[in-house]
Amino acid sequence: MTNSWNDIKNADVILIMGGNAAEAHPCGFKWVVEAKAHNGAKLVVVDPRFTRSAAVADFYAPIRPGTDIAFLSGVMRYLLGAGKIQQEYVKAFTNAGYIVKEGFKFEDGLFAGYDEAKKNYVDRSTWDYEFDEQGMAKVDDTLQHPRCVINLLKTHVDRYTPEMVERICGTPKDKFLKVCELIASTSTGDRSMTSMYALGWTQHTTGAQNIRSMAMIQLLLGNIGIPGGGVNALRGHSNVQGITDLALLSTSTPGYLVLPTDREATYADYMKSRRFKPQRPGQTSFWQNYEKFFVSQQKSFFGAAATKDNDWAYDYLPKFDVPYDALKIIDVMAAGQMNGLFCQGMNIMMAGPNKTKIRNGLSKLKWLVSIDPLETETARFWENHGEFNDVDPKSIQTEVFQLPATAFAEEEGSATNSSRLIQWHWKAAEGPGESRGDIQIISDLRARLRALYAKEGGAFPDPILNLAWNYSDPGNPDPAEVLKDINGYALEDVPDPADPAKLLLRAGQLLPTFGVMRDDGKTSGGCWIYTGVYTEAGNMAQRRNASDPTGKGVYPNWGFSWPANRRILYNRASADAAGKPWSERKKYMWWNGSKWTGPDVPDYAPTVPPDKAVGPFIMNQEGTARLFARTGMPDGPFPEHYEAMDAFIANPLHPKVSRNPVVRVFAADAKSFGTPDKFPIVATTYRLTEHFHYWTKNAHANAVLQPELFVEMGERLAKAKGIQSGDWVEVTSQRGSIKAKAAVTKRIRPIMVDGKPCDIVGVPIHYGFIGLTRKAHPVNTLTPPVGDVSAQTPEFKAFLVDVKKTTPPAQAAATA
Amino acid sequence: MGITRRQFMRVSAAGLAASTVGALGFGDAGDALAAGVRPFKLERATETRNACPYCAVSCGVLIYSLGDRSKNARSEVIHVEGDPDHPVNRGTLCPRGAAVLDFVRSPNRLKYPMHRKAGSDKFERVSWDFAMDRIARLMKDDRDKNFVAKNRDGVTVNRWVSTGFFGTSSQSNEAGYLTYKLARATGILGLENQARI
Repeated sequence: MTNSWNDIKNADVILIMGGNAAEAHPCGFKWVVEAKAHNGAKLVVVDPRFTRSAAVADFYAPIRPGTDIAFLSGVMRYLLGAGKIQQEYVKAFTNAGYIVKEGFKFEDGLFAGYDEAKKNYVDRSTWDYEFDEQGMAKVDDTLQHPRCVINLLKTHVDRYTPEMVERICGTPKDKFLKVCELIASTSTGDRSMTSMYALGWTQHTTGAQNIRSMAMIQLLLGNIGIPGGGVNALRGHSNVQGITDLALLSTSTPGYLVLPTDREATYADYMKSRRFKPQRPGQTSFWQNYEKFFVSQQKSFFGAAATKDNDWAYDYLPKFDVPYDALKIIDVMAAGQMNGLFCQGMNIMMAGPNKTKIRNGLSKLKWLVSIDPLETETARFWENHGEFNDVDPKSIQTEVFQLPATAFAEEEGSATNSSRLIQWHWKAAEGPGESRGDIQIISDLRARLRALYAKEGGAFPDPILNLAWNYSDPGNPDPAEVLKDINGYALEDVPDPADPAKLLLRAGQLLPTFGVMRDDGKTSGGCWIYTGVYTEAGNMAQRRNASDPTGKGVYPNWGFSWPANRRILYNRASADAAGKPWSERKKYMWWNGSKWTGPDVPDYAPTVPPDKAVGPFIMNQEGTARLFARTGMPDGPFPEHYEAMDAFIANPLHPKVSRNPVVRVFAADAKSFGTPDKFPIVATTYRLTEHFHYWTKNAHANAVLQPELFVEMGERLAKAKGIQSGDWVEVTSQRGSIKAKAAVTKRIRPIMVDGKPCDIVGVPIHYGFIGLTRKAHPVNTLTPPVGDVSAQTPEFKAFLVDVKKTTPPAQAAATA
Repeated sequence: MGITRRQFMRVSAAGLAASTVGALGFGDAGDALAAGVRPFKLERATETRNACPYCAVSCGVLIYSLGDRSKNARSEVIHVEGDPDHPVNRGTLCPRGAAVLDFVRSPNRLKYPMHRKAGSDKFERVSWDFAMDRIARLMKDDRDKNFVAKNRDGVTVNRWVSTGFFGTSSQSNEAGYLTYKLARATGILGLENQARI
């Protein structure tokens, strides 16, 4: 989230699209209700289903799954055409006027530089600005240059007319235009719109570009950095933000630093492309500090073993040739090229796409370690559960360990919610039986592995032997000590750069802010964006001051919001170029003549006056936000509509490039995709308000409330197939088939897409062959093994199926 | 006047007995009834501040457990409710959070390390020592055999790709950080969590 849960109450328009907060995030949704009740806000919901969010919306519009970019590009066309953009914001704070290189083009669904054989953009050199001799980007402040970003954007989105939106998305033109009008009402500087999304936007081959489209709309409207504005990911797990920040991700290191690749043989190579010099005069370009964060992190990982002479133990980090994301891991495993796998609190049998491929992969492992508080399908993938998991245990040679972990109530530590708020929780009880906390399990494993390497030697033991584990109890570290380690310390006395006679930090002192981090080994810190969470003043994550002095929903002394306890990101943009609030209503941070002030921590150097013209988007080298992404996105600097891999229609915009041209399809999956002649129905997966992923099927109350798998379908489809509510139906995709009870509802209605009727079915994800709920075929039996081109998030939200009436599963028939 | 939530409940219960029953003219009967009311069970419980383990709204919860945390006493969670002081959820919980006690006390919670031998059709209980020694051994053997120190171009890459690690976004930041450190120190590249699934 750029903003916070409480901040939603400041919104004037709330767009829920790609999520369903009323059911999936009910207690956060109360701030939507608050905005409606006390701020006169209008709630707009765009969704294939008439969800409970839609039920309380002021306006609802249907959409075909997987067509959000077409819809949002249509919105951009409307805003630009009607002049409903916040002109001054766009001009001062975005790259609207930047001149793009000659040679950049978009034709027949492809941007410049595409290589047909490699299925990739091998030459992205034109996806960038023109630069002058000083390396500064060229800008046309009059926005007249034909190749300046805003004019290229106008041309790019011009194809997304309301008629084209209706043709692709199935959203009736009048409903689409009504949504445009409501969105456009927030371009005035005294009104704001918030965007709330979740997996409905991420789980597509175009996932990251869905979100980018909304970011662009919010920039055009001047809604980034503003109370009640922003682009807000609701997010699924209680600490999904924290674990993302701490980089349990294949190509990252904590704090959004990047793991080296094979092309960066030496530390000098690695740093060469990470100097991040400003590309407009006087800009902050905060990533110039990259090396300070990286060196401090290496000191935190490897302590005294990371020295200037060994390039801060650069070679201790693995380099990647290709990204080993979840889909890649599954592919490698299914190819029989993986021997061992840990699943820590991860039920990959259910959570990954294409269950059959995953199960085959698990069967080829030599060993599997499941660390979990609960029974999972993954830990028991080898066990026969009739037709729901029809395997022969004798033929599966995988050795499996099931280690009992404690759960939230039984442990202490911090977690980061979706609005970057780090909060501490305390232990209430012991876990059951011999269960142990993850900290203890991991520490134990490290101790045993280290002892083996110390005794026997082996392949490159150095990083294991030298891994810093300087906690009072290395076998089961105190979480407070670990959070201090993440925060960082001064390792030696650090002189004050302004006055070398003075000390800025004493050796051993906790770092107060990432601003004091050093690239000379004098400081440590595992994750720079968390620095400030545990200082000499104490554990900030434990703060519980519930006061909100300005009434704007800031709660500055509750927990600690990274970075630097900032509650709204880019908040300098809540004031105009001169530092004055855009309006009294949306007043947040402003220049008071000597510093930036307001209810939050300024996202800016606090004493730099507005006339220095330093842009508010300090992380970017140019200081402005990017309507044109440059080379940052693998499928193009502007979002473009591509059909899902199971394409319902040929893309009307460019039928020859129907689907995302840079999508990664593994050789083993080449025949995994379905076509509408065999699978004429669009399917999407979703979550029920009574269940959480694959956990709560093990909890009694939840299992009673929603006891079994169903497939939700509209009345037209049910009638055509002779299906009534409660009938057993078989749902089949190119990947496999499942049986489920039919739930015939008015919540999904057929829409007209490209001249033909489009029926949609929805399947909840929660059910499997383990739990207190009735046994079921995992829904990922149906879903395609392919991911978003940027993040590799699987395409769970848009695929093709067929449905037909069928007989009950054998086990259900036996117990009926 | 420094009244706690619990004292408030006790006072309210007594007040209820005194007023409504008393008003009906039953006098002493009111006292007898008040004495017979089952003591509020949370009165004796230990209150702990925690957060709901489900979605990333991270609602504040109060966990009530039996046992006073003295040594040798085993605490048991008996009740969970929304934290009224929490700025986001203000004491409310959704259908999942309100039932979170049934997750804590699920019959499918794991209690002991279990081991399934190759080709077997069952799990067998083992000790932590057995499991952890064996896992460390399997890790080391695979790493020593398949570790890639240099790629084909002679570049030092120090990676281990024949073992993968799915971590979890349900663990604390501290557990996650230690997981990261250990996995990367071994050279594992296949390190992921639910964040992009």
